[in-house]
Amino acid sequence: MTRLLTFLLALLIAPVLATSALAQSGPLRLTITDGVIEPLPFAIPTFQAESGGSEQMAADISRLIADDLAGTGLFRQIPASSFISQQASFTQAVAFPDWRAINAQALIIGAVSVSGDQVVVKFRLYDVFSGVEMGEGMQLAGTSGGWRRIAHKVADQVYSRITGEGGYFDSRVVYVSESGPKDNRLKRLAIMDYDGANTQFLTESGSIVLAPRFSASGDRVLYTSYESGFPRIYVLNVASVGRQELQTAPGEMAFSPRFSLDGRRMIYSLINGGNTDLYVSDIVSGQSTRLTNAPSIETAPSFSPDGSQIVFESDRSGNQQLYIMPAGGGEPRRISFGQGRYSTPVWSPRGDLVAFTKQNAGRFHIGVMRTDGSEERLLTSSFLDEGPTWAPNGRVIMFSRETQGAGGVSTLYSVDISGRNLRQVPTQGDGSDPSWGPLQP
Amino acid sequence: MYMMTKVALVLLALTTAACTRPDRFGAGDANGMNGAGGIDQSALGSASDPRSPAYFQQTIGDRVLFLVDQSTLSPQSMATLDGQAGWLQTNNDYLAIIEGHADEQGTREYNLALGARRANAVREYLISKGVASGRIRTVSYGKERPIAVCSDESCYSQNRRAVTVISIGTVG
Repeated sequence: MTRLLTFLLALLIAPVLATSALAQSGPLRLTITDGVIEPLPFAIPTFQAESGGSEQMAADISRLIADDLAGTGLFRQIPASSFISQQASFTQAVAFPDWRAINAQALIIGAVSVSGDQVVVKFRLYDVFSGVEMGEGMQLAGTSGGWRRIAHKVADQVYSRITGEGGYFDSRVVYVSESGPKDNRLKRLAIMDYDGANTQFLTESGSIVLAPRFSASGDRVLYTSYESGFPRIYVLNVASVGRQELQTAPGEMAFSPRFSLDGRRMIYSLINGGNTDLYVSDIVSGQSTRLTNAPSIETAPSFSPDGSQIVFESDRSGNQQLYIMPAGGGEPRRISFGQGRYSTPVWSPRGDLVAFTKQNAGRFHIGVMRTDGSEERLLTSSFLDEGPTWAPNGRVIMFSRETQGAGGVSTLYSVDISGRNLRQVPTQGDGSDPSWGPLQP
Repeated sequence: MYMMTKVALVLLALTTAACTRPDRFGAGDANGMNGAGGIDQSALGSASDPRSPAYFQQTIGDRVLFLVDQSTLSPQSMATLDGQAGWLQTNNDYLAIIEGHADEQGTREYNLALGARRANAVREYLISKGVASGRIRTVSYGKERPIAVCSDESCYSQNRRAVTVISIGTVG
């Protein structure tokens, strides 16, 4: 556990900015690296309502931007009650001394106008202590029903400009919505915004469904369903909610599918004669290639972002451990060597880390390690944590946490890859098996 | 000759395919279902009737249990399965689905694979005792369908199971 502390991720604010207003040089930059951290204070005066009747929309959008940023744990919102000056209009010059006085490092100014079904949002981001604008002002337009996406896009811009990394707020998560008692749990696929809003159910709850997985573009979802009486793999079109069973290699049961980056192939586990091995199939033709051939359990495969390699779990050593092999098959190389059992590896979208589930001494953990197995760090600990999925920018992991006992339920949590900012993700009903989709276009 | 007999029985079952009902039986609803197509499939009666599904479930025992992470059959399990094999060979108009299960201590994918190992261990054993392979299918539920819901060994030991579910039906 000391390794966890050692690798606690941090925000390093350029020291020159933190010291005094006299030493104004260097841009505002929140570098996510090792070190000590303090969330970066920001101010977001309620966006100006530029058209009659847009006050509520302006307030909602401003609040959601603030919630997105504060929800990362990297930023801290300065309450409006502390403001010295109010930003009366979008075009008014910024009174930097007033914002410096309350230690606002970043200032987000914006305006909202609503016309019929159309919403237009403008914003500017300022580095208060340098007294300069960060990036260019931006205008976003959409339908009023999609106002949350507009707000998420503004927050993604702010996050990205300050951290230098991609955002993740305008993204969706597909998961299994659960209800009912533990011995007869009903499961159905659901999709929602990353923050739990706009939930839509994708299947009925008549059959067990497991482990949905987004395609890289977010247009389709692979999942496992028992609707035939046996676990089989299905693909679902997110827009039309149409679905079809996918042809796999001949076998009794197929599960644990994931798309290749181009979405044309899937990798999965097939059970034949009680033995579980890895296969890859062309989604359209159904043509399959066997990748492993061992009496052990090979499952939970995940492609590297460049598609050249596969990380998966196998109990060939006697218990579950993580292995990497070429995408076309070949000799697997074990990468996990710590105490306990390692499972459900998922390659990060940046390619540098593998997230996993670890069981050790009666506890479950979500952790990350480098792809050579080094620098393992555990981010969580509970009775039962499992099934990590990466935010599109590779900074945050979402997973399932199940509580103990007869009344045990599963809910979704997210945690920063530093191990900080653990928080429950709101879902419709209970939730398990999240898959975090891409940043939306 | 023994194998020939088995094949003949399977063929007999196939010829009655259109008339059989592939129902699954619960523990209590095993009454009054007669065979169709002129084949007397016998009464399905109570647990005291050796030809009834109730007898199979309760008197012979429809399930075997496993140790943590194991799919090895214990001597006690083998005795139960000997009884199942004998029953299935006497009652040839039944098919079996072996449902493999795991306790909640494990990840979803691994438990699915583990449940399949357990179901297959039962299937292989029944085949070794003479039950035609075409009459037995397997399915794994992993940790999705516990029968005991507490989070300690008293429940886990019941959940690490393979259940032989019988139904009237034909190979196909």
